[in-house]
Amino acid sequence: MTHDADTHHEPSSFWTRYVWSQDHKVIAIQYTLTAIAIGLVGLVLSNLMRLQLGFPGRFDFIDAAAYYQYVTMHGMIMVIYLLTALLLGGFGNYLIPLMVGARDMVFPYLNMLSFWVYLLAVLVLVASFFVPGGPTGAGWTLYPPQAILPGTPGTDWGIVLMLASLVIFIVAATMGGLNYVTTVLQARTRGMTLMRMPLTVWGIFTASVLALLAFPALFVAGMMMLLDKLAGTSFFMPAIVSMGRELGHEGGSPLLFQHLFWFFGHPEVYIVALPAFGIVSDLISTHARKNIFGYRMMVWAIVAIGGLSFVVWAHHMYVSGMNPYFGYFFATTTLIIAVPTAIKVYNWVLTLWRGNIHLTVPMLFAIGFICSFVLGGITGLFLGNVSVDIPLSDTYFVVAHFHMVMGVAPILAIFGGIYHWYPKVTGRMLDERLGRLHFWVTFLGTYAIYFPMHYLGFLGMPRRYYSFEDYAFIPDSAQDLNAFITVCALVVAAFQFLFLFNLVWSAFRGKPAESNPWGATTLEWQTPETPPRHGNWGEALPVVHRWAYDYSVPGAKRDFIPQTEPHEGAPPGTDEALAEARP
Amino acid sequence: MNLFATLADKPWLAQPAPPPDEAARRMPAARVGVLWLLASLTALFSLFAVAFLIRAQLPDWEALAGGAGRPLASLAPLWVNTAWLATASVTLQAASLFARRGRSGALRAALAAGALSALAFLAGQALVWQQLIAQGHFIATNPSASFFYLLTALHGAHLAGGLVAWVHVARRAWRPAADARLALGVALCALYWHFLLAVWLFVFALLAAEPATLVWLAEICGLR
Amino acid sequence: MVLAVALILVTVASVLFHFLSPWWFTPLASNWKLIDDTILITLVITGGVFVAVNLFIAWALIRYRHRPGRRATYEPENKKLEGWLTIGTSLGIIAMLAPGLYVYTQMIRVPEDAIVVEAVGQQWQWRFRLPGEDGRLGRTGAAFVSLDNPLGLDPDDPDGHDDLIVPGPDLVLPLDRPVLVLLRAHDVLHNFYVPQFRVKMDLVPGLVSRFWFTPTATGRFEILCAELCGVGHWNMRGHVEVVDKSAYREWRAALPTFGAVLAAAADDGLDEAARRGRELARERGCLACHTLDGAAGIGPTWQGLYGAERPLADGRSVRADADYLAEAIRDPNATLVAGFPAIMPRVDLSEAEVDALVAFIRSLGAPTAEAQGADPMPPGDAPAANEAAHGAPR
Repeated sequence: MTHDADTHHEPSSFWTRYVWSQDHKVIAIQYTLTAIAIGLVGLVLSNLMRLQLGFPGRFDFIDAAAYYQYVTMHGMIMVIYLLTALLLGGFGNYLIPLMVGARDMVFPYLNMLSFWVYLLAVLVLVASFFVPGGPTGAGWTLYPPQAILPGTPGTDWGIVLMLASLVIFIVAATMGGLNYVTTVLQARTRGMTLMRMPLTVWGIFTASVLALLAFPALFVAGMMMLLDKLAGTSFFMPAIVSMGRELGHEGGSPLLFQHLFWFFGHPEVYIVALPAFGIVSDLISTHARKNIFGYRMMVWAIVAIGGLSFVVWAHHMYVSGMNPYFGYFFATTTLIIAVPTAIKVYNWVLTLWRGNIHLTVPMLFAIGFICSFVLGGITGLFLGNVSVDIPLSDTYFVVAHFHMVMGVAPILAIFGGIYHWYPKVTGRMLDERLGRLHFWVTFLGTYAIYFPMHYLGFLGMPRRYYSFEDYAFIPDSAQDLNAFITVCALVVAAFQFLFLFNLVWSAFRGKPAESNPWGATTLEWQTPETPPRHGNWGEALPVVHRWAYDYSVPGAKRDFIPQTEPHEGAPPGTDEALAEARP
Repeated sequence: MNLFATLADKPWLAQPAPPPDEAARRMPAARVGVLWLLASLTALFSLFAVAFLIRAQLPDWEALAGGAGRPLASLAPLWVNTAWLATASVTLQAASLFARRGRSGALRAALAAGALSALAFLAGQALVWQQLIAQGHFIATNPSASFFYLLTALHGAHLAGGLVAWVHVARRAWRPAADARLALGVALCALYWHFLLAVWLFVFALLAAEPATLVWLAEICGLR
Repeated sequence: MVLAVALILVTVASVLFHFLSPWWFTPLASNWKLIDDTILITLVITGGVFVAVNLFIAWALIRYRHRPGRRATYEPENKKLEGWLTIGTSLGIIAMLAPGLYVYTQMIRVPEDAIVVEAVGQQWQWRFRLPGEDGRLGRTGAAFVSLDNPLGLDPDDPDGHDDLIVPGPDLVLPLDRPVLVLLRAHDVLHNFYVPQFRVKMDLVPGLVSRFWFTPTATGRFEILCAELCGVGHWNMRGHVEVVDKSAYREWRAALPTFGAVLAAAADDGLDEAARRGRELARERGCLACHTLDGAAGIGPTWQGLYGAERPLADGRSVRADADYLAEAIRDPNATLVAGFPAIMPRVDLSEAEVDALVAFIRSLGAPTAEAQGADPMPPGDAPAANEAAHGAPR
């Protein structure tokens, strides 16, 4: 169902325009700002953790219980409420309709509902900081029986609010996901075939499909644990003697929870990674003035990774006590998934090759992403390979790996995306000098945090330790390294406020932007107004005549040809034209 | 549209201009949206089924059905409820037919009958709950009972959600003016009902399965 | 340009860091050199890719940076290049996966001559049990767990009566003999991890998990819990001591059997109130944090506490008499002993129950002349001997 222009009345009051808005662009901004706000909480929590690890005992308000609460909330906030929400709800909402040439999402009301339900999930999560006992301290994986037994902080209220918030979030993510998937499938403008879509749309689309099929697993696990906690059922609870008391449970299986959790949890990694892959592909192509190398292979890789992500989950469980023969299967599937992932890296790098590279701020972040992602990706090969994983699991090697691959890398892609699309969203450029400073500190700072951390893992330092006092196998120098890492983390965190300042300041004082400042081909840069008005396209929808990557086409006047430009005469890009163009 | 052929496209080559009515030939977005919702719900209930099968292999499991004293010793009430849900499904399918043919009187009757049967199903389920509680089978009595309450509640909640959509469609059906999107709305309602009927039959089969059947199922799923 | 230089520097610094850093594998003390080898294979292959990709990017940034008049090459895809890269990557993957799975096969194939040890985790302590002369471990169950039977052995199972109970969180193992470790947990997930042995495995309540290794170096190694198990996770301490065969035989011979432990428990010499307090201390979870044997815990140990002078966090010091103890139980965080976090929850207890607890603590503080019975640990290494003697000081 496409939207006739007349069904889209421009909302007139402040409330319908900015608050109860059904416009995908406003909802995108609402999602983004909410995600950044809760992300700041996650950032502060990570610094509190680092204070304890770097300077144990110096900050006596951080006791063991508080430490584990920071660990848990930091993880959950960053993975779910920041990254997932920002990439799908923020980028997905803003870019999908614009990039496929639609006037809005196909279900605008549902879209609005999705944001408000997400906000409710965030508020329930935040509320858990203020209830008796505080938020849960069970680790973001929320493994039972620990998550609901005494001995863990927040087992009275915190865990209940956490699970409730997740269930609410899943409802929001489902409403959003249905919109993103359906809009991509049904609302593309004339000429926008699937294979002419920018990779950003492919990434977000595939991630949304994963979200629709994977979040149910978290829902199932969450509901069952809620009942174990509140109704005394024994889904996950075996016979237990907790703190000297026999609890009357029987027969439940803690491993069942882990299987369900990771059946969600591993696709979740790609729910975060695939949109980032897409964004980075487009940034690199645009700023290197070169078509993305091997577009088809890139699409196939996204689809293959999406599919494979459902059959690798138990590589998180090699030391869980599950049937050891599963190890063979999951190690094999996990290492197979490295092939399409590696292809993506090669193709980004080969896009730079023989390009015309403009080192703009978005490009800096995109290249920073590749570097971080490669480091995080190759350490994944250690952890996916069962016998290599066993000594390294639950050590700082794991912490370094997943922060690099699904913390730093996606956040660099997000920053790159924000610097890239900000001019379209606000009509002004972000300040470039602040942007460069932000990049250098963030890129080098996070590298300095996480690269050495792998070596603490080799050493065998276990993760999720409040303190490492009196462990003889850990040399004193490890503590110095921890202090160094903490200092880096504090600096990196402080410079994120510079970014926030830039975000706010440039919205009012930034250099006014042209409608297509980067000379990009994709549709969102061809809107009649910048920022795009309600309905995006004025009178008539754009018609697409070519793919999203006609950069530096031989014979063309400019070094980019917008997707809306028809081919003239002998179309460039045919095999003949290519033969001529080859050096 | 062949997916593999599409994915093999070389988009950088000039392609024939798209037909001007390209968009009109697509399936309505609402139908695609509902189909994806059903895909997500299929994942949800399948995962519950897997959890159920895994849990059912553990030693403390007591099957719900198959024997006096068991919570579901008599399946009759659940069969009655099943009949109600099937009726709802059939009447909504009829409503969809009437909507397409523009017979608004019959449409309204069929819509009303569909909703009433769905409500009867929900009431019947609540009655079964009451009986179980009266017999002392509470949610934490045995994991099989926990699954019974959880799955029936979840299924019922989805049916209740369907009734919200039904209200949305029915409001249009009772409006005198002709409505081009009404037939689609009714058709989607019917589709959702069929899906929930299928889910219910699946859930019902699981819950009422003999222990031996569960063992056999778990074996073919590789869970044992 | 700057970015290219930065990438080269980052790459060089990473490689240098690898060779110069003092942080590397903890010296191996088991047969699992194979594991270290597969890590090294993986490191070489992936490290090569890491360096190659970064240097290639840096080179491309310099070579193809924007200059006036420059135009990028238009090349949608290059099937041959992509094909070769895919094949190369697949070969690299196989080169890592094949040895990995080969080693894994060794890891899950337990040698027939392995001796069996059971490790049991509970918040936040380790306990161990060895099969007795019959070579079989007795049945266990959560319902049997009590202060006298912390491992939860079924007293009616004859197989269990000769099982050897290790007093305290320290396990002794013989050198060069394969060991199969069976793992159980009472409450939540734990993980048995000794960095020097490389292998690790979760302890899961409700099932028995396992792993095996052969200790190849004598010495005392720390056991760490590597699966988050609550606020005391970081402090769940224990040791494995690897000794030669004769020392091991000696240690083993001195272990009490479950039967002996049960018999000793029947005759504990406690008065009525203290016995009630002891049961309360278990039921209400006090013993999760307070040890009875002088070992470090989340909270102060109860051994020798009664009547002792203790420094407080605010600099004062206090005498732990009956009044103070009762107050500290009722309002736990009003006064804090120096060095302990304020995490003790307020437990709902009647006057009589508080008195019983105080009586129990008093029984631990009053020195007795009784010897401790079979105590294999060297002096200064306090065992959690609450089964047999409730930690009465020697």
